[in-house]
Amino acid sequence: MPVSVANSQIIYDGLKSVDVRVVSALPETWLVHLVRMADDDPDTILVRLNKEEEGVGISVGAHFAGQKSAMLMQNHGLLTSVNGIVSVAQLYRIPLLMLISYRGEMGERDPWQTEGGRVTEPLLQSLGITYRKLSDPAVVAKDIEQAQTLAESSLRPVALLLTRDLMWEE
Amino acid sequence: MLREDALRAIYPKLKNHVVVTIMGAVAVELHNLGHRPNFFYLEHGMGLASSIGLGLALCLPKHQVTVLDGDASVLMNLGTLSTMARYRPPNLVHVIFDNESLLSVGGFPSATGTGTDLAGVAEMAGVEHVAKADTVVALKEAFAAASDRQALSVIRSKVEAVGPPSFALGIGLLENRFQFAAHLKGLSSE
Repeated sequence: MPVSVANSQIIYDGLKSVDVRVVSALPETWLVHLVRMADDDPDTILVRLNKEEEGVGISVGAHFAGQKSAMLMQNHGLLTSVNGIVSVAQLYRIPLLMLISYRGEMGERDPWQTEGGRVTEPLLQSLGITYRKLSDPAVVAKDIEQAQTLAESSLRPVALLLTRDLMWEE
Repeated sequence: MLREDALRAIYPKLKNHVVVTIMGAVAVELHNLGHRPNFFYLEHGMGLASSIGLGLALCLPKHQVTVLDGDASVLMNLGTLSTMARYRPPNLVHVIFDNESLLSVGGFPSATGTGTDLAGVAEMAGVEHVAKADTVVALKEAFAAASDRQALSVIRSKVEAVGPPSFALGIGLLENRFQFAAHLKGLSSE
């Protein structure tokens, strides 16, 4: 499977370096290595979800308990999570670190991913969520650190879009 | 059974639990019994109270967590029962008050009134300890047993579809949120 193990490891190490202890995830192709790394890590609580919106609740509970968390999901998972993001995380000023695989963008071959790709950034913008696209593994650790810092200081969701250039090796 | 009476029956035990409630009647009636800093009332985000409780239970293994949920909220996030059963935190009690109604928006019937059995759903989702407690005495007993069991427990309690005259909560939403977080911070540093 041409999902980059090396870059998945860089992302995972980045999460560890900002003290993320709780990871919620709904597996998708680009995230398989990240989910496995979380599962193999005895210091990480991995919560495998049935639907991504549950992950907002998990992160809220973790935040109240004083733990840093991250949500791993596909951009279509972001679409299903919108009410949780708005009506819990934003309403209650909860920092959410969201790592979102950016399917349906340039280079996408699966027709079914393309509509979600088209609306991902406009959706984040309309929700007022600060986001950055990650494509250069050399700066991923810094991107994660900065995203986590902003989430904690603003008490709001922050999104990192994991692009094809970062996640996929042709 | 009136939910108000049900809450009164378990209130003494809730004093020592980390409690997450749904919006509407459950929040108001619990608040009216006496607010405590260990109570968080989720005033929106319908369906997610149980997910928040799961996150809390997994992160605070030394503390008992109780979710006070409702039928329509659980129906909106049915997958939550299966996620809870998958991780089965021993310190989580999930109480579902089932009034077969979306009471706070005008009393429209929910699907539990037309045959969906949430206790059965919980059991089939993999929750080992599921109780049906439809009287005050039964609930008090079931809740005490669940609190002492050290295993994930779901309690389904049928209650009447009546609520308080007003759904206004006597504490600000963010005030409740920050007070609750500060209280838990104190707990985890103990």
